[in-house]
Amino acid sequence: MSIILLIEQILNGLQFGVMLFLMAAGLTLIFGVMGLINLAHGSLYMIGAFAAAAGAAATGSFVLGLIAALMAAALFGALIELTVIRRLYARDHLDQVLATFALILIFSEATRWVFGSFPLFLDTPDFLSGTVTLPGGILYSKYRLAIILIGLAVAVGLFLLISKTRVGMRIRAGENDREMIGALGVDISVLYTMVFALGAALAGLSGALVGAIQSVEVGMGEPVLILAFVVIVIGGIGSIKGALAGAILVGLTDTLGRTLLPVLFASFMEPSAATSVGSALASMLIYILMAGVLLFKPTGLFGSA
Amino acid sequence: MLPERMINLLILGLLLAVPLVALAMDEPFIITLATKAAVLAVAGVGLNLALGQGGLVSFGHAAYFGVGGYAMGILASHAQSYTPIMEVPFLIEGTKSMLVIWLVAIVASALVALLVGALSLRTSGVYFIMVTLAFGQMLYYFAISWPAYGGEDGLSIYVRNGFPGLNTLDPIQFFGLCFAVLLIVLFVVNLLNKSPFGLALNGAHQNEERARTVGINVYRLRLTAFVISGAITGLAGALFADLNRFVSPTMFSWHTSGEIMVFIILGGVARLCGPVAGAAVYILLEHVLGGLSEYWHIYLGAILLFVVLFAKGGLVGGLSRREVRHAG
Repeated sequence: MSIILLIEQILNGLQFGVMLFLMAAGLTLIFGVMGLINLAHGSLYMIGAFAAAAGAAATGSFVLGLIAALMAAALFGALIELTVIRRLYARDHLDQVLATFALILIFSEATRWVFGSFPLFLDTPDFLSGTVTLPGGILYSKYRLAIILIGLAVAVGLFLLISKTRVGMRIRAGENDREMIGALGVDISVLYTMVFALGAALAGLSGALVGAIQSVEVGMGEPVLILAFVVIVIGGIGSIKGALAGAILVGLTDTLGRTLLPVLFASFMEPSAATSVGSALASMLIYILMAGVLLFKPTGLFGSA
Repeated sequence: MLPERMINLLILGLLLAVPLVALAMDEPFIITLATKAAVLAVAGVGLNLALGQGGLVSFGHAAYFGVGGYAMGILASHAQSYTPIMEVPFLIEGTKSMLVIWLVAIVASALVALLVGALSLRTSGVYFIMVTLAFGQMLYYFAISWPAYGGEDGLSIYVRNGFPGLNTLDPIQFFGLCFAVLLIVLFVVNLLNKSPFGLALNGAHQNEERARTVGINVYRLRLTAFVISGAITGLAGALFADLNRFVSPTMFSWHTSGEIMVFIILGGVARLCGPVAGAAVYILLEHVLGGLSEYWHIYLGAILLFVVLFAKGGLVGGLSRREVRHAG
């Protein structure tokens, strides 16, 4: 395996990790502040992708599609928070799981009803198509590089929002003691809706960005949702830093595992068997990573007990 | 308002009566629907032991359902093609005998549940939900990417496996068999619930600290419950595979885990026959709503949302006057 291919795969892993971070950050924020496990986060990712595809098709502009995705996801997020989710904060996790599972069923089928069963396609914008030459003569997709940069920018923005602004202060206070900040005069239900809509917008952004690499279809959100759960378990729940570290770790492990394991097995097995064993094992690698973290640190790398 | 025992008899009586009436009216499809309800009920009863009694919200029971299904698929496909499963170090051949298949399904799913449970039970609460979901998904991807047994396409079995003295291809006889399995499972779970083990499990659900203080090893108790729960769901998986004469990675999908949970919430959490009522209602909804609209999951979602938000206790809880012994 050449070093150039390896670097390319590392970049792909980073890009995948950054996407997972956008999902996991919303989930972990919502859990941290409201104590809610939201399975419908994957549906918001899907809504973002569909809104971007429909918006870009209608206007011909990728950027407008992206804005449509952010707005649609935030809007639907606020909508379900106001109608359903806020009734669940005081409930146990089982009720939260079942109610948000019901939301997945509704969103998936409604999307199928509106857009049909065939996948939509979202083209990468002209100014980001093609490749860019990185130092060392490595050619890499401009679009994927842009995703990495957008993701890192969002991570920095989120960090600043939470640590430096007034809203961020309230979010942190909400994580520590929600009754107290309510008593101090913060309108907690508005704060909750805002946090939920923010998480939804991040999921929508993630879906829209990935939509230009993969096809946009019903059910695209749940596999990503479950990976985001793995990220959160590894990183530690409620921690944005943990979400970032976990996401990059999962992204790199998965991408590199899929490339390297078949090659590794081929060094001592016959090629066809090596491919099947290698790819089967690669598909399980991140879960094995999660199992390892659970063995040594059940609360995750950055989690507190 | 009825005592719960009456409701249980009513539910089981209805589940038994429907296929008998269908037999008299010569409607084999309805018998198959009732069989499906009985088999899915077994899976639900299995999960309910961990979820209802033990408070362990496992979102990964599709794993055991799938392992049971693949136990049947692998054994039967080898018997079908007359090829041994392995020759070294000793010969293992496939089989078409349901009893052997059930045993293998139970043992295999119990082993997987032991492994997953041992890791997952190191966590609790929302972590536990996410970890069980993730391990379920791991087996799903494994089933898809492992090419030996059909990969993504799954495995078809041409003839249903055999049971001594029965013609299992006759719908009503196969229903009888599945219903008998359901009754045995209910009987065993009821015994477990009332045994010191079940009481301790329930106690640890209500107050973990107190259970620990009186000297109960909560981790081992929960792991035992989790393994039994997985084994029952694995048995249901083997039956489900035999019902369809087909196994595919779909049995492992997170959606299947969600559905098994839905049976419980529709019927009533921690109620003995809750999952039976829930599975029957689910099949009924699937059949009736599925006939009305291609997009019946929207209605299912709406009903589920309503039950979770406003009708806690499900069907059995709504009919029964006695509160369930503990609050969630």
